[in-house]
Amino acid sequence: MAGAPTSLHMGAAAQRRLRRRYAREFRFKAVSLGALGLMALFLVGFIGGIVAKGWSGFVTTEIRLDVTYSERHVDAGDPAGGGFRPIVVEALRKVIPEATERDDMRALLGLVSNGGFVAVRDAVAEDPSLVGKAVEIWVPAASDIDMLVKGHVDRGLPEDRRRTDDRTIGFVDRLEAAGDIRATFNWDFFTTGDSREPELAGIGGAVLGSFWMLLVTFLVSFPTGVAAAVFLEEFAPRKKWVDVIEVNINNLAAVPSIVFGLLGLAVFLNVMHLPRSAPVVGGLTLALMTLPTIVIATRAALKGVPPSIREAALGLGASPAQVVSHHVLPLALPRLLTGAIVGMAQALGESAPLLMIGMVAFIVDLPSGPMDAATALPVQIYLWADSPERGFVEKTSAAIVVLLAFLVAMNGVAVYLRQRFEIRW
Amino acid sequence: MKSELKSLGLATAAAVALAGGAAGQDTRDTIRIVGSSTVFPFSAAVAEQFGRTSDFPTPVVEATGSGGGLKLFCAGIGVEHPDVANASRRIETSEIERCAGNGVTEIVEVKIGYDGIVLGNARSSDRLAIDIPALWLALAAEVPDPDGAIVANPYATWSEIDPRLPAVAIRVMGPPPTSGTRDAFVELVMEEGCGRFEAVAAIEESDEDRYDRICASIREDGAFVEAGENDNLIVRKLEADPDAFGIFGFSFLDRNKDKIQGSKIGGVDPTFDNIAAGVYPVSRSLYFYVKNAHIGVVPGIREYVAEFTGEDAWGPFGYLADKGLIPLPDADRSAMADRANSAVPLSPRSM
Repeated sequence: MAGAPTSLHMGAAAQRRLRRRYAREFRFKAVSLGALGLMALFLVGFIGGIVAKGWSGFVTTEIRLDVTYSERHVDAGDPAGGGFRPIVVEALRKVIPEATERDDMRALLGLVSNGGFVAVRDAVAEDPSLVGKAVEIWVPAASDIDMLVKGHVDRGLPEDRRRTDDRTIGFVDRLEAAGDIRATFNWDFFTTGDSREPELAGIGGAVLGSFWMLLVTFLVSFPTGVAAAVFLEEFAPRKKWVDVIEVNINNLAAVPSIVFGLLGLAVFLNVMHLPRSAPVVGGLTLALMTLPTIVIATRAALKGVPPSIREAALGLGASPAQVVSHHVLPLALPRLLTGAIVGMAQALGESAPLLMIGMVAFIVDLPSGPMDAATALPVQIYLWADSPERGFVEKTSAAIVVLLAFLVAMNGVAVYLRQRFEIRW
Repeated sequence: MKSELKSLGLATAAAVALAGGAAGQDTRDTIRIVGSSTVFPFSAAVAEQFGRTSDFPTPVVEATGSGGGLKLFCAGIGVEHPDVANASRRIETSEIERCAGNGVTEIVEVKIGYDGIVLGNARSSDRLAIDIPALWLALAAEVPDPDGAIVANPYATWSEIDPRLPAVAIRVMGPPPTSGTRDAFVELVMEEGCGRFEAVAAIEESDEDRYDRICASIREDGAFVEAGENDNLIVRKLEADPDAFGIFGFSFLDRNKDKIQGSKIGGVDPTFDNIAAGVYPVSRSLYFYVKNAHIGVVPGIREYVAEFTGEDAWGPFGYLADKGLIPLPDADRSAMADRANSAVPLSPRSM
């Protein structure tokens, strides 16, 4: 070496090598960054597309009706049994008086959703003193009208290629000009059950169904999973059968979810005779699916607690059960809960196993408990995506937005728990 | 921390109790309907209307497919078994036997109307007019060559089959074999089309299995694309690819007529009127089946059937027609309604 000017780290060759290393470094970073960028692009494209299509699903079109409950159509003794179609037509003809022919009447009736007639009936059924009086009611518009007002119908097309004819479009324009059509936030979307009419369909039933299902899943899989993991990690002897169980649990985590559906069908429906379509069955089935995830996450969390804690507790005279319940488990809890929440989020997004146990169903009534027939959020999305009515396109996207919001919230809680409470050793 | 473990134990016990307590259900006040996904939207619309206008709870309608639905339906009598099965084909003799074997002997059959199966493409291209034999030549796995020998399907473009057809590559998107629409298409187009060729008809006498295979097999060389059960997806793909054709249910054509057009088959347009009149060749009947033993046990079944067979529902101007159901002719409708409402069961002879 002797201070020669052309040492290993100097001179032209060394400089070239160094430049190559920097270039390689740069390329490596660029590729990684590119991969991240691509992912972000996919995500933005996906979410952007869903939100762009879905936002109008949260808005609904309403028509103002100047309803007069004349005694001719409604009997004060039995207000709910009245004839409400003529009442609606009369209300609309206050704005469009020249609509007198039969076809005009039919077009006028077609403006209002089925739910609108129900709303007109319910108003007088609740308050029979309205008979003989006039009131203003905003009722939902029929889906085709909703689509028209939202601009999803190309008015330039020839009449026979549209679902809404020129007569109806003319009526809608008249009502709009008179200020009798408004767009409002669709609160009912969150509180009502499914419907075959896109303008009346809501995800309330599916959200409740998912809630009851996840409650059962959590109550079953969390305690069972944690207990199994505690045994395997803290108490199990190092024997061959323990290894076999371990391999099997890891395998179970990779089994396709439809298989759990088949298992649920065989055990919970055919043997235990639990009711079909009930969230309790869905919850138990998903609990089977979530168990391995929770066991694996719990074991990782328990492994993260340093042995010195256990030894110190044992040294001070704690029994092995006390060591686990007083020291190891509480210290592992944040990571353990994180794992459980991620498992729950997975279960929330699952639809394949529910197909086998009858939760892919049309259910209007809201489930009031885990034994009532219900459907779940991802299933509701699937059912709407498969419907021919154009109005379900935006409902599908809107339901996806709601599902994504729940998933983001759950994963957010998991991240928060980890950052806030996790102890790093 | 002891209390935490205790509460975990309690929660488990509660969950188990919850599950166990349900095992002994012996009454049910909600009608359970299973079956075809083609009939599902109609059945669900009736269920919704029924729930809205009657004092009974809204029936639960499951889309399980015709075969799966009838299997559940025939599994036995009792509240854990469904009351009504929807089907996009008639119940088979083997299924009636299976039903009878499980004690389900009295079944009421109700034919509710027709569903057209449509070949369609994007509005931006020309409309196709084709007949059933040519459609079979385009889609079959094996076809007769000019000498009468059976060869693998050589046709790459429509015009090779018939010079009047467009000179674009054959690319048809359709449902997978698990779908009832596919079954109906095979029966009404493929099996119908192949019999019109002498070379194929000759095989029927010598080797019936081979004949069935030649008739029913759809080509797998890329000209026919299985596009999944979702008809909306097929419609979306047709919009993006003007040269492609798709096979889907009439209600999807009806709802998307601004974007797609139905091909003429055998010179007939797939319109509401043509399907209702029975002129359009590719249409099938839709049914539902009611378990007589459940009438009176599960409340509302009779009333549900009455709602379904009312003119406001399945008539030409009823709400089901608006959903794409093609109604039965007037006389058939009233006869069917009478039979349904007086719960006349299927007799083995009527099959």
